[in-house]
Amino acid sequence: MNKISLIIQREYLSRVMNKRFLLTTLLMPILMVGFFAGATFISISGKDEHKIAVVDNNGFFKGNLQDTKDIHFKFPENVDTTNYLQKGYTDIIIIPKFEGTTKTNYIIRSKKRISIGSEDKISDRINAAIEDKLLQDAGINRGELDSIRSKSRFAELKSLEEGTGENAKESNAALSYGIGFGSGMLIYITMFIYGAMVMRGVMEEKTNRIAEVMISSVKPFQLMLGKIIGIGAVGLTQFFMWIVLILGLIVAAQFFIPHDVMQQVNTLQQYNGQLPSGGNMAQAGEAAQKIYKLQHTMSTANWPLIIGCFIFYFLGGYLFYSSLFAAVGSVVNEDPQDAQSLMLPITMPIIFSFIIMTNAVQDPSTSIATWASIIPFSSPMVMMARIAYGVPGTVPYWQLAASMISLILGFLLTTWLSAKIYRTGILMYGKKVTWKELGKWAFRKS
Amino acid sequence: MSAILELENLTKYYATQKAVDDISFSIEKGSIFGLLGPNGAGKTTLLRMITGIFYPDSGHIQFDGRAFNPTEDIIKIGYMPEERGLYKKMKIGEQALYLAQLKGLSKSESLEKIKFWFKRLEMETWWNKKVEDLSKGMSQKLQFVTTVLHEPKLIILDEPFSGLDPLNANLIKDEIFGLAQRGSTVIFSTHRMEQVEEICDHIVLVNLGKKVLDGSVQDIKQQFKENKFSIQLSTPSIELFSQAFTIVEIKDKELIVKINEGYKSNDVLSYFLNANYTIESFQEILPSLNEIFISLVESTHATTRAFQKV
Repeated sequence: MNKISLIIQREYLSRVMNKRFLLTTLLMPILMVGFFAGATFISISGKDEHKIAVVDNNGFFKGNLQDTKDIHFKFPENVDTTNYLQKGYTDIIIIPKFEGTTKTNYIIRSKKRISIGSEDKISDRINAAIEDKLLQDAGINRGELDSIRSKSRFAELKSLEEGTGENAKESNAALSYGIGFGSGMLIYITMFIYGAMVMRGVMEEKTNRIAEVMISSVKPFQLMLGKIIGIGAVGLTQFFMWIVLILGLIVAAQFFIPHDVMQQVNTLQQYNGQLPSGGNMAQAGEAAQKIYKLQHTMSTANWPLIIGCFIFYFLGGYLFYSSLFAAVGSVVNEDPQDAQSLMLPITMPIIFSFIIMTNAVQDPSTSIATWASIIPFSSPMVMMARIAYGVPGTVPYWQLAASMISLILGFLLTTWLSAKIYRTGILMYGKKVTWKELGKWAFRKS
Repeated sequence: MSAILELENLTKYYATQKAVDDISFSIEKGSIFGLLGPNGAGKTTLLRMITGIFYPDSGHIQFDGRAFNPTEDIIKIGYMPEERGLYKKMKIGEQALYLAQLKGLSKSESLEKIKFWFKRLEMETWWNKKVEDLSKGMSQKLQFVTTVLHEPKLIILDEPFSGLDPLNANLIKDEIFGLAQRGSTVIFSTHRMEQVEEICDHIVLVNLGKKVLDGSVQDIKQQFKENKFSIQLSTPSIELFSQAFTIVEIKDKELIVKINEGYKSNDVLSYFLNANYTIESFQEILPSLNEIFISLVESTHATTRAFQKV
């Protein structure tokens, strides 16, 4: 036992105590956030400036058509389709006279092809102007309409799930989706990263020939286990560092929120969304509302359960697959091509589970999702996707228990099998190993 | 003198061949023992059984008077495999410490011993270097240190001199002698026969999984001697003829002769004395282990070991 802990120590420290580890741990979340932000930013901000000359045959759009940041509606005289470009406009819209309420097509002519986003914005604006006009004609004041609208928006669907107790618990589909997908994704990525680390470590010992020196001091099983646990600890460390980082960022972010907004948020929290003396939420600042809503939604999730299960499935999935990776690594010789082809039967189930997970996260109650969340090959990812929807609502207790037990049995089995392959493979050089031989090693009495 | 290691009827069969086929011998404490054989003879498999890496299919190993128990006895054995290997990115001091602790030494003990050996082999300045920064000779020395650090009773060296320059080879050789003098037993596996002659007391030759020779170096040479003698005369010889011997080679004033059946060395001496030659030296030429090795192994087509049905 002492030897295993020595090995664990060495495997852990050699991977953690170097600059690369710190760098990747700190950079990863920043990179991922940056990546998402960048992608979103690029998709939103298309600089698509339009100076549109509007020829209005109805006579009411002028003054009623709202500009957007990039799209400017102008109402010049004496501009038509032949001269709009020379006069410095990028496009021209001809609005025909309305006849009743039939849908009319207006033509927009431009030099450049208009992007989809801009098209949408333009037609939105025009429709809004028409709506205003119709309202006006009907005698309805726009301002009044808006105020009624915002009051009515107060009614939101609050979904409650039947729970085991008196109170039905609040649930939020969007949040469940986000948590489910996020944790499934995280498990997927980490299994690959750390599984591959195990495999590389084993291969290094083999090509370096240090395997033989080690095996003259410790049993092959001790070496394999020590390596797996050590690297698992690295994964956990990295994970906890991320959590600390994220919590830190959240706390830091709160400092950037102006004091009075925070006050409002606190009041909202106190009164559970309803301000006292008959006031309504609309009076609290918009920012405060948003923050409150965010906090409130996040709190509906059962965090202790989710985090606890995440750690369990992260470890379970890692232990299940890493021993298989170790077995593959022990069998590969100098030729790294071998590694690729041998890895395939292991990576296939992982990728497959990911696909099932993306479906399960949208519809967690299908029978495929249910089975996949119990079978140890796919349960780490799929069960996490389903758990976000609620235990015991979407996931009854017996399913959770069955899944956990079978994962534990699963990794015990793969570790046992892999140990047998590992102990023979690690010292065998020069011969290319066939699947048949692997099977013999795995099932032969040692 | 008691035996530190006794092997009885060891066998190990692989799927395609009988790597070790009923081998028995014993090794005296404090001796330097040579395990010889051509490539593929079964040496490495034997060594792996002695170090507990493999389990024999049948047969028995006695270590230091008791049945061999890998978990307990491993600390008394030091093994330097033919394929050298160390963690490339680890620092040398750290690595020696790691390996020593795995053998069961405490941290403080290990550090003490590492410092001692590093000093002895002039490696002190390397403590913080990474293994990948070392030259081959340096990493061999390091590997040697990690093998003997824990003062094992039995030290097994598989081709320890391969890749070493004469200076470093000499250094290691002296260390081997020193270790034997201090009571450790050394098993030395190689195909470099000239080294064996220099260092070993006792040898075993294996071929095709079987034991072919077992005895002290002197005894074996005696066993295979061809009664060849070298005579150095003060003047070149002319027209020699005698019943007592056949001339094998003449090189200026030196003669190599083979004494014929029924005659003795004294008969040869008398011939030359009677012929009025001045004899400057007269010496038996024992066959070199290299020659013995080749003659024994050549006929068995051991160069390409065929796969047998097991």
